[in-house]
Amino acid sequence: MNTMVYEPRGFTRSLETGAAWLLGFLWVLPLLYAFWTAFHPPEFSTRFDLTAPLTLDNFARAWSAAPFARYCFNTVLLVTMVLGAQLVLVTLAAYAFARFEFPGRNVLFALVLVQLMVMPDVLIVENYRTMTALGLKDTILAIGLPYMASAFGIFLLRQTFKGVPRELDEAARVEGCTPLQVLWKVYVPLARPTYLAYALVSVSYHWNNFLWPLIITNSVESRPVTVGLQVFSATDQGIDWSIITAATLLTSAPLLVAFLLFQRQFVQSFMRAGIR
Amino acid sequence: MTRTTQWVYGWLLLLPAMALLVLFTHYPAVATLWHSFFSTPKGSRPVVFVGADNYRQLVEDPIFWQALANNIWYAVGTIVPSIVIALLMAVWVNERIPGRGVLRLAYFTPTILPMIAVANIWLFFYTPEYGLLEKFLGWFGAPSQNWLGSKSTALAALMVVTIWKEAGFFMIFYLAALQSMSPHLAEAAAIEGASRWYFFRRVTFPLLMPTTLFVLVNAVINAFRLVDHIVVMTRGGPDNATALLLYYVYEIGFRFWDSAYAAALTMVLLAVLGLVALAQFFFLERKVHYQ
Repeated sequence: MNTMVYEPRGFTRSLETGAAWLLGFLWVLPLLYAFWTAFHPPEFSTRFDLTAPLTLDNFARAWSAAPFARYCFNTVLLVTMVLGAQLVLVTLAAYAFARFEFPGRNVLFALVLVQLMVMPDVLIVENYRTMTALGLKDTILAIGLPYMASAFGIFLLRQTFKGVPRELDEAARVEGCTPLQVLWKVYVPLARPTYLAYALVSVSYHWNNFLWPLIITNSVESRPVTVGLQVFSATDQGIDWSIITAATLLTSAPLLVAFLLFQRQFVQSFMRAGIR
Repeated sequence: MTRTTQWVYGWLLLLPAMALLVLFTHYPAVATLWHSFFSTPKGSRPVVFVGADNYRQLVEDPIFWQALANNIWYAVGTIVPSIVIALLMAVWVNERIPGRGVLRLAYFTPTILPMIAVANIWLFFYTPEYGLLEKFLGWFGAPSQNWLGSKSTALAALMVVTIWKEAGFFMIFYLAALQSMSPHLAEAAAIEGASRWYFFRRVTFPLLMPTTLFVLVNAVINAFRLVDHIVVMTRGGPDNATALLLYYVYEIGFRFWDSAYAAALTMVLLAVLGLVALAQFFFLERKVHYQ
């Protein structure tokens, strides 16, 4: 333990533990509240009675009131497509930046980094125009396309590739590997933790993305689950909170479950992705 | 490998990613500027060059100024508290506090949930009369309040949601930095008789500066990039009290379909992000203490 000498003791320690727990409680409170409402009949949605009967009825009603199965399918498709394309594009680009000498390399790298600031999220007006021109409006491809070349991924992987010892690279070449074989056999396997980190960050980002999908889609066939949820809670339901919270939990459940199962990997991945 | 093959490989490897980047980042950024000097096509009326008309409209548009002001307040009001809370969380879960794992989980969970889902839950939380907040305040005899429906509280209510969602995310980076700090520093400081607060203020915090910078830049970008919760919770209301820049762009561009004016508004947003980039590059990088 690194700060052991400065660990609080005695009264300070109890005070800090109490404060930490209070903050933790406040942090999960909105979620607990949502769980309470979703798992109890509507008449108990704001009445806290420990004897209230538990029910899955709200989930059943939400599930049948909107095509959530289709929305979830769309999101899974979107997330898979984006991640697949990102992994390929980002790997190739990062390899070029990390290990090849060519004119314009620094300028091009600077151009890539521009996307860290000017994300597709803010260029909605022009990207909508482009998608219309390409005839891709209201498709899942259109939701994912602007994000497929990810500056963040290129940056992250370039750092990792640069850390690979040159000797390994050269040894593989002596064995007669082409540059692409070297990439596949040496760099990619060594960068696996980075890939995992990037994949988790990317999946949660695109699962949660909302504004751009909201703009570019307008049919059940292409809407991801976030937009579906918004359409559902804004129009179909008045203020039936039981069913809305049930739908909300339903849409976040896959990520939440994945997070609880792979907690350690998630946290480490986000850490790794943040340290440059 | 000859130099020419190096060049060819480099360019070919970059080509697919660069093509998409140009098409969906560089081109739209430039096209936004270009289109902001033209009018919006309406029915049979063709697009005409209007010079700085869109920008003139912008300067005279009170809603734009309000959205800009709101966004600045929103940025300040979310960034500072979420960084302070994140740091506090990180320090706590870095200590051997009972139930550390559970606490870390509790702090971090909001981060992975979709903002849109979170916004729904908070909308319920804030509901007048029924919501948990109302119930809780009711026990203390506080009068009923429409948190999201009143001009004076709506933006603050949204800030709380953002802080709640972001703090756990930033905590992770602080935690990583704290864990990589050498234990000898604390030992040496303790021998010198430094108090805990003094050690934090003069050693830990300066060493965390690179992390703070990273978190700060992320937080600023998020403050101008993320408006999902506005769509769900207030739609910019009441009376534009919660309109943020990107939300206003969305409203002008996709509810009033005035793409030219939306382009001019987007330019403001791009200018803000450009300023952040410059500030990071020229100002903050120099003040940061690197190990």
